[in-house]
Amino acid sequence: MSAGIGAVSMHGNRFRHNFLTALLLAPATLWLVVFLVLPFIAIAVFSVGERAPEGGYQAAFTLAQYANLPARATAFWNTMVLAPAGALACLIVAYPVAYYLALRAPARWRLILLALIVIPFWTSLLMRTYAWMYILGGRGIPALLAYVGIEDLRLINTPGAVLLGIVYGYLPLMILPIYVSLERLDRRLLEASADLGATPLSTFLGVTLKLSLPGVMTGFSLVMILLLGEYLIPTLLGGGKVFFIGNALVDLFLQSRNWPFGSAIAITLVLVSVVVLIAANRISTRVSGARRVDLI
Amino acid sequence: MTAVPDIEFRGVTKRYGAVTAVSDIDLAVPPSAFVALLGPSGCGKTTCLRMIGGFEQPSEGQVLIRGNDMAGTPPYRRPVNMVFQQYALFPHLDVEDNVAYGLRQARPRLASREISQRAGAALEMVRLAGYGSRKIYELSGGQQQRVALARALVNKPAVLLLDEPLAALDKKLRTDMQIELQNLQREIGITFVLVTHDQEEALSMSDFVCVMNGGRIVQLGQPSEIYDEPADLFVADFVGKTNLLSGKVAGHSGDLVDVALADGTVIAARKRAVLQQGQTVSVSLRPESLRLGAPQSGPLKGIVRNRIFLGSTAEYAIEVQGIGTLLAKADHMIGHGNLFKPGEPVAIGFASGTPLAFADPKNNGTNQRE
Repeated sequence: MSAGIGAVSMHGNRFRHNFLTALLLAPATLWLVVFLVLPFIAIAVFSVGERAPEGGYQAAFTLAQYANLPARATAFWNTMVLAPAGALACLIVAYPVAYYLALRAPARWRLILLALIVIPFWTSLLMRTYAWMYILGGRGIPALLAYVGIEDLRLINTPGAVLLGIVYGYLPLMILPIYVSLERLDRRLLEASADLGATPLSTFLGVTLKLSLPGVMTGFSLVMILLLGEYLIPTLLGGGKVFFIGNALVDLFLQSRNWPFGSAIAITLVLVSVVVLIAANRISTRVSGARRVDLI
Repeated sequence: MTAVPDIEFRGVTKRYGAVTAVSDIDLAVPPSAFVALLGPSGCGKTTCLRMIGGFEQPSEGQVLIRGNDMAGTPPYRRPVNMVFQQYALFPHLDVEDNVAYGLRQARPRLASREISQRAGAALEMVRLAGYGSRKIYELSGGQQQRVALARALVNKPAVLLLDEPLAALDKKLRTDMQIELQNLQREIGITFVLVTHDQEEALSMSDFVCVMNGGRIVQLGQPSEIYDEPADLFVADFVGKTNLLSGKVAGHSGDLVDVALADGTVIAARKRAVLQQGQTVSVSLRPESLRLGAPQSGPLKGIVRNRIFLGSTAEYAIEVQGIGTLLAKADHMIGHGNLFKPGEPVAIGFASGTPLAFADPKNNGTNQRE
């Protein structure tokens, strides 16, 4: 008898609990449905359609837009080369910084140094990238170099400039997750490794690096995915000569009004991003042997 | 000249800024010994262990391993291995790879067959054969403990260092591991240095106990010596349970002093230091040395306040007017059944020579006890 009553009240509790959970999740779910799921479906539908003669979308079912992807091969190529290269460059610069912050920096400096890394975020990336435009432009570094006799050096509107802008803009996003994973690292594991005869280098490779891999992969996929859709940096520092898929999309949707083709490119981009994310996650869980799956 | 000590400290001092963690320690650990460094937290025992492991450098003095000065030798070149507190097993490696970690660092490289053979043998030694492919987080605390042991011992160190190895285990498992560690040490025959704050653990496992307090060694000896003949009040109080009664020296007779207790009773106690007439002293009386009897049969009179029956023994809390509550432990004989009951008056006696008199630094105002 009492068990029956208990079951009823527990059922009531569970119902209330579920209702509360649903209520709390409703705003975010609504947001995602309206601004992510529905547009995504629309884009997917557009991508198998045709361009209306006056521009825009015209209903159809064809894979012609996907077959046409090679027409934007340069944008894909630039993106597929510069996004991983940019993420890799970020990683190479970020790892030593994160390592120093987490394992070497005096505790009282750590917070200040971390703040210094985050402070640039207080200004919009647009402003900061504009600044680089001037620094790399004709009246910037090339003008200074001209004083010492190095003439006709072009920095702006090159892949190098875009790469520099990428590293500058995305570095903090790489440093922070690596820092977190190194900060969490149990220092006694490093002592245990040394105790077992490992030189500092083998300890770094066998313990530190492996256990910080989830952070590395988080940072790498974060930067990589943002770069796949990057628009601003190639526009300002690549000057239309080095353009990404993002630039192609803007062009297709706003200039030539070829929505179906733009949609096909967008869908492809999303698929590539998902593949990158899954691959990064696989690698980091396998190598670090961790149970946790922390994507970001 | 006897054999070279496995571990030797010569005038070792360790300072962290203004704080002295270890001050002027001399210690020689003979080969194949099981030594416990025992003391309260902050006594410097862990710092000593870490100086042997190479994780800390002495500020002054020398640490020698098998006669070699270890100054400037990094941890990875020392012939010792440590079992860390909470084990510090590598979470990204399975059990076998954890155990094989040290073997993989050997230069010239060992053949991979030898590595897996030795790792397997080490796991067998700690009764974990067949666990090689388990993940660390799949193991219980006791199993992790044994993996840590295997990981250290597989390298055949000259000395095994154990930093509070049993602290994280429950009581039953701890007792089992104590026996297992003792057996292992006898089997392998290398020196074990154990750091612990648990006096029972130190007494039960080791051949020698080194009691530390305030960065110094207070007493070094076999467990029974430490327990029966504590060097000073700190050791008497820290090692085992004891009753401490304060009083004043009333007279001398050879090895014994007469101590007038707070209630006026005078008892004879063995002195453990040079004592002056009239000096304030503390008398240590082990609970098991007290004899309880019918009223008037002993020098102290009290009333039983509490009784804890433990099977083979019974513990009594006895209130003695003017002195305080004393703890007494009496063997229980089956069939006698004559347990004292709470509220019952009893007399407390003791064999002559069992009370020990110590100078009480606290009451004399000289060098404060830490």
